[in-house]
Amino acid sequence: MKEIYLEIDGKVVKAREGMTILEAARSAGISIPTLCYHEKLEPYAACRICAVEVESQGRTNVVAACVHPVEEKLVVRTRSEKVIKIRKMLLELMLAHAPEAKVLQDLAQEYGVNEVRFEKEPSFCVLCGLCVRYCAEVKKKNAIGFVDRGTRREVIFIPEVVSKECPRCKECFSLCPTEALQAKFVLTQVLIFPSPSSSGKETEE
Amino acid sequence: MDNDKIDEVINKCQGDQSLLIQVLLEIQRENHWLPNEILGRISKKLNIPLNRIYHIATFYKAFSLLPRGRHEIRICMGTACHVRGGVRTLDRAEQALGIKAGQTTPDMKFTLETVNCLGCCALGPVMVVDGKYYGKIAPSKAEDVLRNYD
Amino acid sequence: MPRINSHAELEELRKSILLKRDLNKPCIAVCTGTGCLALGAAEVVAAIREEIKKQGLEVKVDVRETGCPGFCERGTVVVIYPEEIDYLQVQPGDAGEIVSQTIVNKKVIDRLLYVDPTTGEKIVHESEIPFYKNQMRLLIGNNIKIDPKSIDDYLALGGYSALAKVLSQMTPEQVLEEVKKSNLRGRGGAGFPAGRKWEFTRNAPDEIKYVIVNADEGDPGAFMDRALLEGNPHSVLEGLIIGAYAIGSHEGYIYVRQEYPLAVENVGIAIKQAEEHGLLGRDILGSGFDFNIKVHRGAGAFVCGEETGLLMSLQGKAGEPRPRPPYPAIKGLWDKPTNINNVETWANVPLIINKGASWFTSIGTEGSKGTKIFSLVGKVNNTGLVEVPMGITLRDIIYEVGGGIPGDKRFKAVQTGGPSGGCIPEEQLHMKVDFDELTKAGSIMGSGGMIVMDEDTCMVDIARYFLNFLADESCGKCTACREGIRQMLKILTRITEGTGREGDIELLEEIAEVTRDASLCALGRTAPNPVLSTIRYFRDEYEAHIKEKRCPAYVCKELISYYIDPNKCKACMICLRNCPVGAITGGKKQIHVIDQEKCTKCGTCFELCPPRFGAVKRISGEPVPAPIPEEVKIIAKKGEEG
Repeated sequence: MKEIYLEIDGKVVKAREGMTILEAARSAGISIPTLCYHEKLEPYAACRICAVEVESQGRTNVVAACVHPVEEKLVVRTRSEKVIKIRKMLLELMLAHAPEAKVLQDLAQEYGVNEVRFEKEPSFCVLCGLCVRYCAEVKKKNAIGFVDRGTRREVIFIPEVVSKECPRCKECFSLCPTEALQAKFVLTQVLIFPSPSSSGKETEE
Repeated sequence: MDNDKIDEVINKCQGDQSLLIQVLLEIQRENHWLPNEILGRISKKLNIPLNRIYHIATFYKAFSLLPRGRHEIRICMGTACHVRGGVRTLDRAEQALGIKAGQTTPDMKFTLETVNCLGCCALGPVMVVDGKYYGKIAPSKAEDVLRNYD
Repeated sequence: MPRINSHAELEELRKSILLKRDLNKPCIAVCTGTGCLALGAAEVVAAIREEIKKQGLEVKVDVRETGCPGFCERGTVVVIYPEEIDYLQVQPGDAGEIVSQTIVNKKVIDRLLYVDPTTGEKIVHESEIPFYKNQMRLLIGNNIKIDPKSIDDYLALGGYSALAKVLSQMTPEQVLEEVKKSNLRGRGGAGFPAGRKWEFTRNAPDEIKYVIVNADEGDPGAFMDRALLEGNPHSVLEGLIIGAYAIGSHEGYIYVRQEYPLAVENVGIAIKQAEEHGLLGRDILGSGFDFNIKVHRGAGAFVCGEETGLLMSLQGKAGEPRPRPPYPAIKGLWDKPTNINNVETWANVPLIINKGASWFTSIGTEGSKGTKIFSLVGKVNNTGLVEVPMGITLRDIIYEVGGGIPGDKRFKAVQTGGPSGGCIPEEQLHMKVDFDELTKAGSIMGSGGMIVMDEDTCMVDIARYFLNFLADESCGKCTACREGIRQMLKILTRITEGTGREGDIELLEEIAEVTRDASLCALGRTAPNPVLSTIRYFRDEYEAHIKEKRCPAYVCKELISYYIDPNKCKACMICLRNCPVGAITGGKKQIHVIDQEKCTKCGTCFELCPPRFGAVKRISGEPVPAPIPEEVKIIAKKGEEG
């Protein structure tokens, strides 16, 4: 694998071709915050928290560090004024949906987000997709999925699959940064097993 | 739509999962909506997980997961029609039918949809009912037109 | 149908087609593009055919059902050849006269002619009508001359000669050079140099490469690609095959939005015809070059007009764009090098090959060569498709070609680039339209939608309209786009509903910056454009809405009231009878009064009040005057002022 030298926050970092900026930064001990990133899963680039500024061939851009490939002589700034502004706004936008989420609150403190100027619409889910992707890529059960699009995008449990797989798994619960998942699961269970004494009853297809 | 007809459509793609959208489009056209059972059948036959099929069936506007009315009304919400007052036509239709865009009247007579540009901007504002175009449609006219359908 | 196996055979076939055609034979060409079909073109065709049959003239007169020539405001368009007499707004009932008078007696029917609005002069020939004359109709000019379901019509006009030239006289590298030299920039929106994109794809290290026609045309108000695909599908095919040859691709896709069934049908027919003639498929024109095309339909998602969203859809997935790099030219469809171009871009290729890159670069500006088809719509007299050279001024497009603003209203802005674009105000009308000028002004060329707006358009409402569109059409995957749009839309809605606050404009700009910088794809990155450009040029409107709760254009319902001026009301009862919610009280000799509680602001009374009275007024930013006392409401005698 070809060796590549790039600059992150003024420091020269040695990386290998095919690495992402996030991987290169971590190897050099430079921390970039993430939310929807997970070692066991394909990088998703949805939360945009890992946004960094890059400069190459005279042009500057903002990219997601978790997917952007390293390039020879790439200049990366992980904490420029622009990047900080971006992270602050993203946190504000997400806190409007999940005001109590610890992960978000910690990051908010770190970045100095003291108020959320948006009306709170606690759907709790920030659509990071960790649950959906884990169930698809690691467990290969596809019990959860995205539906709809735009501002109506949502995560739902697929009832037909849940009844067969989830009661004995529940591994996705610990991944959810806002604990929205547990709530969704309970709701789905109620819909599949409507009668009160049904905890042991498996639904037929 | 019976299972044989459904299977015929599914088999046309010869197991090529990338043709899922084309399969759904054809079934939508024949059946006018996509019931759960059909989605389940496609999932089994094409070996595509159900969550992916739900995502696609809800992502694309062409698909309806609910039964549709006898008459389909489409009101153009394209920029040109908007500038010519298309919103008022929609408001009037919603008021007259008692439903919002995207819904079907309880008696299953009308389904009201908005469309993002039919490409007949010279006729704006435009309303289409069952494929018949009504151009330069004033809000009061819209209500009159709908009254003629049974 | 015998296969054509060489350039020479193609020319033979072309000659034989031309020989069989009598250029003096009368031909009635009727536009049957989607726009005119909506106006009853099919019935016009049927009536004409019926009339021809009745008069026993089937052998003597041809009827040609064509694609859209662009003069949509005056549809149904009929052109009589060989004289090129242009009839407009033709109805089925005109068929008899057209056949008897014009075809048989060679007499022109005055009432169907174009009338110059200033001189009153009637114009007979298509080429002299200012709408057409002021254009440069290199691409769309052929639409009225061909039946899109006939390959012979296309061949008769010289079709496929570019392909034959390429396959018999040029190497792929030479074709690539020519397209690069022409400086053809993508017509889909971004304006990336096509030749360079072709080169990246060609040089990508992989045997298998794909070429794709992006016919998703999602911008509301834009229908140029539809006219090209419906009206002259072979021109697009020819361009695609040439491009495939230059790039080294053997498989192509045409991705058409499902809202264009006629385009899907006509392009399907064209593909079959081309295959039968050996112009597509294996060993094209005996050159040894193989190339096949498949048609894929979209399913109703604007985001699938974005390159990578389109690729996802082609692969049977939800149209969620993916980050770049890798670019589609390196890793596209099924991870193979893929070149995606817009319909109009591909349609320009045969022209460039036939007439040369130097000819192409002689048209347009320094940075933008060739012509562009715009869909000129909204508050403009000559609504339709116009093809003009790059560098023409906005003023010329809107006034010389478009015929200006109807009803003597004042021009306010022109919106270009669809939901990714911006609004350009009056002070910029002198702008020479090209990619870079539009970008400098805060908009983009986009696919070619050009929406003209007048004094009755509220610019804050327009910004809200576009964000509302994007809130639905965004794929929703990334936070910067989905949540940014969500909150910007909320703020704009509040402003249009009268609950705008100090600081809203600044907050909009703050969110806009993040959405623009951090979004995953171009939909998100350009989503702020409508907001930012309207704030830039029409900040005063925003401030009126926020500070004075006033909508200067009288559009935003919560900010306007309808009021009947008691001094002008003649108690004619028209508004009273037509109010859909019965909010108007009054009687035959009693001045009408609108009950503000019941009024739904539908505007019907305003529309219907006879202009000579003009009693219904719109009020914004001030309270409705108190009702006049009961006694004064009676109009005592006729002729007396109420």
